[in-house]
Amino acid sequence: MNLDKVSDRGDMASPRKKGIRFSRLYSFSCFRSSFRDEHSQIGLKGYSRVVYCNDPGNQEQILPSYPKNYVSTTKYTALNFIPKSLFEQFRRVANIYFLVVACVSYSPLAPYSAYSVLLPLLLVIGATIGKEAVEDWRRKKQDIEANNRRVKVYDKDRGFLKERWKNLRVGDLVKVHKDEHFPADLLLLSSSYEDGICYVETTNLDGETNLKVKHALDVTCTLNEDNSFEHFKAVIKCEDPNEDLYSFVGTLYYNDKQHPLSLQQLLLRDSKLRNTDYVYGVVVFTDHDTKVMKNSMEPPSKRSKIERKMDKIVYVLFTLLVFVSLVGSFFFGIMTENDIDDDGEMRRWYLRPDQTTAFFDPNNALMAAFLHFLTGLMLYGYLIPISLYVSIEIVKVLQVIFINQDINMYHEETDGPATAKTSNLNEELGLVDTILSDKTGTLTCNSMEFVKCSIAGTAYGRGLTEVERALAKRRGDALDDSEVTSSASLQSDDGMAPGESVKGFNFYDERVLNGQWVNEPHADMIQKFFLVLALCHTAIPEVDEEGKGILYEAESPDEAAFVISARELGFEMYERTQSHISLRELDHESHQKIDRQYELLHVLEFSSSRRRMSVIVRNVEDQLLLLSKGSDSVMLERLSKNSQDFEDVTMEHVKRYAEAGLRTLVLAYRELSKEEFSSWENEFMDAKATVGPDRDALIEAAADKIERDLILLGATAVEDKLQKGVPECIERLEKAGIKIWVITGDKMETAINIGFACSLLREDMEQIVITLDSPEIIELERKGDKEAVAKASRKSIMNQIRQGTLLLSSSGGHFSFLALIIDGKSLSFILSEDLEGPFWQLAVSCSSVICCRSTPKQKALITRLVKKGTGRTTLAIGDGANDVGMLQEADIGVGISGVEGMQAVMASDFAIAQFRFLERLLLVHGHWCYRRISMMVCYFFYKNIAFGFTLFWFEAYASFSGQPAYNDWYMSCYNVFFTSLPVIALGVFDQDVSPRLCLKNPELYQEGIQNMLFSWPRILGWILNGIICSVVVFFFTTSSAVHQAFTGDGRVLDFEAHGVYMYTCVVWAVNCQMALSINYFTWMQHLVIWGSIVVWYAFLLIYGAFPPLFSTTAYQVFVEACGPSPIFWLGTLLAVVSCLLPYVLYRTVQTEFFPMPHDIIQKWQRETSDDRRSKLREKDTLLCK
Amino acid sequence: MSSEDGPSKKVSRKPRYSRFTQQELPACKPILTPALVIGILMCLGIIFIPIGLLALSASENVVEVVDRYDDVCIPSTDQKVGFIKDPATNKTCIRTFTIPKKMRKPVYVYYQLDNFYQNHRRYVKSRSDRQLWNPKAESSTTPCDPEGQTGDGKPIVPCGLIAWSLFNDTYMLSKNDAALQINKKDIAWRSDRTHKFGSNIYPKNFQNGTLIGGGKLDESIPLSQQEDLMVWMRTSALPTFRKLYGRIETDLEANEKITVTIQNNYNTYSFNGKKKLVISTATWIGGKNDFIGKMYMAVGGTSIVLGVIFSLLYVFKPRPLGDPSYLSWNKSPTLD
Repeated sequence: MNLDKVSDRGDMASPRKKGIRFSRLYSFSCFRSSFRDEHSQIGLKGYSRVVYCNDPGNQEQILPSYPKNYVSTTKYTALNFIPKSLFEQFRRVANIYFLVVACVSYSPLAPYSAYSVLLPLLLVIGATIGKEAVEDWRRKKQDIEANNRRVKVYDKDRGFLKERWKNLRVGDLVKVHKDEHFPADLLLLSSSYEDGICYVETTNLDGETNLKVKHALDVTCTLNEDNSFEHFKAVIKCEDPNEDLYSFVGTLYYNDKQHPLSLQQLLLRDSKLRNTDYVYGVVVFTDHDTKVMKNSMEPPSKRSKIERKMDKIVYVLFTLLVFVSLVGSFFFGIMTENDIDDDGEMRRWYLRPDQTTAFFDPNNALMAAFLHFLTGLMLYGYLIPISLYVSIEIVKVLQVIFINQDINMYHEETDGPATAKTSNLNEELGLVDTILSDKTGTLTCNSMEFVKCSIAGTAYGRGLTEVERALAKRRGDALDDSEVTSSASLQSDDGMAPGESVKGFNFYDERVLNGQWVNEPHADMIQKFFLVLALCHTAIPEVDEEGKGILYEAESPDEAAFVISARELGFEMYERTQSHISLRELDHESHQKIDRQYELLHVLEFSSSRRRMSVIVRNVEDQLLLLSKGSDSVMLERLSKNSQDFEDVTMEHVKRYAEAGLRTLVLAYRELSKEEFSSWENEFMDAKATVGPDRDALIEAAADKIERDLILLGATAVEDKLQKGVPECIERLEKAGIKIWVITGDKMETAINIGFACSLLREDMEQIVITLDSPEIIELERKGDKEAVAKASRKSIMNQIRQGTLLLSSSGGHFSFLALIIDGKSLSFILSEDLEGPFWQLAVSCSSVICCRSTPKQKALITRLVKKGTGRTTLAIGDGANDVGMLQEADIGVGISGVEGMQAVMASDFAIAQFRFLERLLLVHGHWCYRRISMMVCYFFYKNIAFGFTLFWFEAYASFSGQPAYNDWYMSCYNVFFTSLPVIALGVFDQDVSPRLCLKNPELYQEGIQNMLFSWPRILGWILNGIICSVVVFFFTTSSAVHQAFTGDGRVLDFEAHGVYMYTCVVWAVNCQMALSINYFTWMQHLVIWGSIVVWYAFLLIYGAFPPLFSTTAYQVFVEACGPSPIFWLGTLLAVVSCLLPYVLYRTVQTEFFPMPHDIIQKWQRETSDDRRSKLREKDTLLCK
Repeated sequence: MSSEDGPSKKVSRKPRYSRFTQQELPACKPILTPALVIGILMCLGIIFIPIGLLALSASENVVEVVDRYDDVCIPSTDQKVGFIKDPATNKTCIRTFTIPKKMRKPVYVYYQLDNFYQNHRRYVKSRSDRQLWNPKAESSTTPCDPEGQTGDGKPIVPCGLIAWSLFNDTYMLSKNDAALQINKKDIAWRSDRTHKFGSNIYPKNFQNGTLIGGGKLDESIPLSQQEDLMVWMRTSALPTFRKLYGRIETDLEANEKITVTIQNNYNTYSFNGKKKLVISTATWIGGKNDFIGKMYMAVGGTSIVLGVIFSLLYVFKPRPLGDPSYLSWNKSPTLD
């Protein structure tokens, strides 16, 4: 649909671009690839791929059977689903246990009927498999969507036709239009540009937002018409599929000549064609051979810590179960052996020990004891409740629905609600200790805005940046309202209605806007300044589709911001040709808008090593101008000695801007004399023409020669706007005790600035910087002495760490004062050189850590190390495909949905639209879910132990024969009807503290970080509580009705009635315990808790009314025996109260004397609301008087 | 990709607001404040102690006479088991005791066994409810082994170990040489008589085997009238148990001498079980047992004591207000 539209546009290739040879603009990156060492390996092992281009009938092409481009990311196929998913299920220890129990329960060993075990097991496994199936189906649907996208493929007879992605074959010729994704890894043959370059956006691959230039081989450049492929035939020999995104080695055999291929010619799947109308390419890698697929990791299945701990509890309980069963079978064995005495006389003759089965054989008591042990395992199986797993699954799914439904995490602009992709990790959200965050697009909006500038020593731009606001707030300056209002009023004065703001431009200053700058003292400087903005870039203007204005397509958002600013300030670039840039500019003398054309002579483009960019232009007055912009440190070196008197002022401004969290660039210019230019040009062209490894260095040296003696103009400040609410969110997360690491690819300066902007760094913090960017090391690196570099690096890092540790100890361990800033290079060095120990000590003691200049791979690596190093829960948050590794590696991956591609969201466990929602996700939902699940698990064990141990005590009085105290149906219904719904209600609805208070008191989150609610003492406490409860119930029921008459008419308590009596006590006790433990009673809680008890009585009545053959021991028991007996009712009350009393006392003492965080807040809330109420009452009485 | 187009048609994914989905339902949030706890404890005490007293007095009103006879109604030889198993020996035994207090009718007569595991798994399961109710299901004796069929394969009715080990001591009570009528009607649960033991089922092949267990049954009386069997087959929960033997429908005065003629048939000597004869009255709370009363008083008393302790603590050592500043996990001084 959309594709059609795009391609239509593509076909009407704009003639404007046709003539441009942009390769001229790129002096550095578009050099010809030369044969390198690797090329000699073509055809050998690892380099064996042969692609016959445009030759679908070629037998040899079919032979290697490269796969079609059908991508499947699903875990299962239709065929292997059942066995594989079953296998997955039985990897859980508990499930195996249950399966064994279910099998054994079909034998006479079973103390109760088999279906009561098998049914829940089938339910659990069925539910989990169902969940897997749904999740896999979703993946499948995505695959189908991707596989059925269409791309134009060349067919000999019919030209370019649309074909589905999945039908692509290696060697096919495809045509990709602007803004389309590449369907496979393609070899670029030609583009709509004559010189065969094209722009590619690789955000999905590495997260970098700037466009990359790809360059076709010169020999294929000319094939840029649909009909030029009729006779095209070529063979590509290249490396085998591998996961290295940054290298490609191959050879093109075309027209009987060999041409080396490099990464410059490779278009990777999942990247996007930009700024280029179309390209032609040959499919080289398909399907799972593509670099992207090779890079994608199997999505790891994550389990929450609680669940893993639950496994341990299950082991503990299993040990308990085995122990209890062993005790039982020990005594059973002794008693059974004694059933026939030495003389062969039967002791307990009524059991007929002389004629018995193996289960009760006194002559082989050992065997009987062993078999009884198995029976015991089943009988006390309630200690390990299968229903717990069912309940947890149900609860988690419901929790997820609530997270998804939270209106406070819905973002209007992007229509993005919060989405939980998995239900496994809800409670893990409450345990997060460290957050690892991406920067661009996660903390920031990823849109650059021009906010300030300093021209000729005067600072312009009145707006306040977020950092400045935060700073002012922190300093406690009663933030001059006047200033704020004035700037607001300014906006309207300038005729710029607030709603009408221009993207990329957020600059307000009445002295400059609307052409007012011409009246400023240094108008000529200001003009040159704007000229630099308007000319020194590689952006391309494009008329808006609606014809409204001009849009720019720039390599990076920064550059776009500059061009847009120039436009807004009156220097509108409206045309760009091969050799000219046309501006519609305001002349500062005549005050008129005039069109001017600048001849573009050379572009010395930006590169990360040069950190500057220059253009050489000839203006209408035939002046030669070198316009330059670059980072302050680089530019400073290049200013002319007899420079301007405002240099210091400008540098001061730059420093201030940087502190305000802005990206700064220094602008400068220089007039060139014709002679100087022509001599330099010759040298430069020579350098460009050289072939060989020195070429780069030569060009750079040449460029360096001209970029000297610059005259300072001023500096710009661009803000990568923080997302709304980020500083507040981070502040509160820090208050909650969560450590925040920002991992970014940015420069250290920018990273630090952003750190300030989002209040990750504060003025009063000590910064520990670890970097390898020292001059000595760079010098050593240049020499290429790897060993020396390593040695020096090690020394330098050790030193820096030592200094940091010193600082740490001198600050007395107050880690909130320390921030660690480390660059990627040092980090990878530390990681590879096992300096981890001291480094972690330092890193863990710092409240915030910023890792700058790190690659996507390092992101994942850091995440893994933080995870391992701290042993606590890590959460990674990011928005781009470059964050995928990090998201998958972390315990929890949170994707920011919206701007960048969907990769991060797909790989994430939770997706939110804005960073600030993280606060609610963690502090409210995380805390609740953690609390709910841990309470739920504890309670579940409690209730099953309370129940299971009554069975055991009863056994002790039934000579451990394995006779359950209750009817089979009571037992199977215990976890289904009488106790399940309250637990689920607890797990889904309970709230200790309202969301408002959760957010207001982030300290509450410590309950999770310190794992207070799921600590071993707490778990064991609940287990103990369960045992106490069972003891109370058993001994109170038996002692209250030992053998004397149970009813007024002299009848005694029998086995059947005793079961009901005891069971009633247990049901009451566990449900009342639930009522005591939960904090939040809505009508639902009342319904399920009291309802469960009512259901038990109803069940007794109904089941007891069935004919005795079906109801067996339950027949009429309640109506006849228990109901009319006062002891039954009195005893129930007594037992229940006695069961609960210890817990109430414990809780009272605890809340009073050793309160937990939520206790304090609950109490505080209660007291303040009481206060308010009483104050209101006082007011009322006063008024009455 | 497809999500990018057709923005006009797209349905907003905004969650709908409802108090339920936003988890804002009106709720009561009880917390254990000291006042509340003290109140609860006091209330408990106030309610429980009277109940305890009431129950205790009811239990006190019960008059109960227990007479253990298994040890005396047997010759003091080593061959107790041999004696009891021998069908030829005379097992009559006469016991006398005095009524301590006036016993109002009905006076219940029980037998009490000790160390008898009627709740043993093998024992409990050894019965066939189908056979007891349905005449056509006479041969469904599978759970009853080894007392399901006679040696020649005929089904035993009633089958199983429970029926086979039927208690068969008999008691004849007399007061001042006048026999006391023991009413054995209506000692079983009504549901047993009407729905578990068929009125058209008669005992068959019962106690015909080589090994005689307990009592025999009159083959002319249908099971629905064999109340002793029904009582016996309602297995007990614990190894020490009483079972109703019958009722005396006259008052027994204090200090009256009661003579019991016991047929000491039942073998408890093999497993060292005791046998006791119990005559007891019953009140609304049942038989004589102080446990309920005492426990109610104990729990009530404890509650009051704890309530008082908490009150004192509350008065003399009041806790500060719940103050979130106590939450500070980060012990560093505040920054501003």
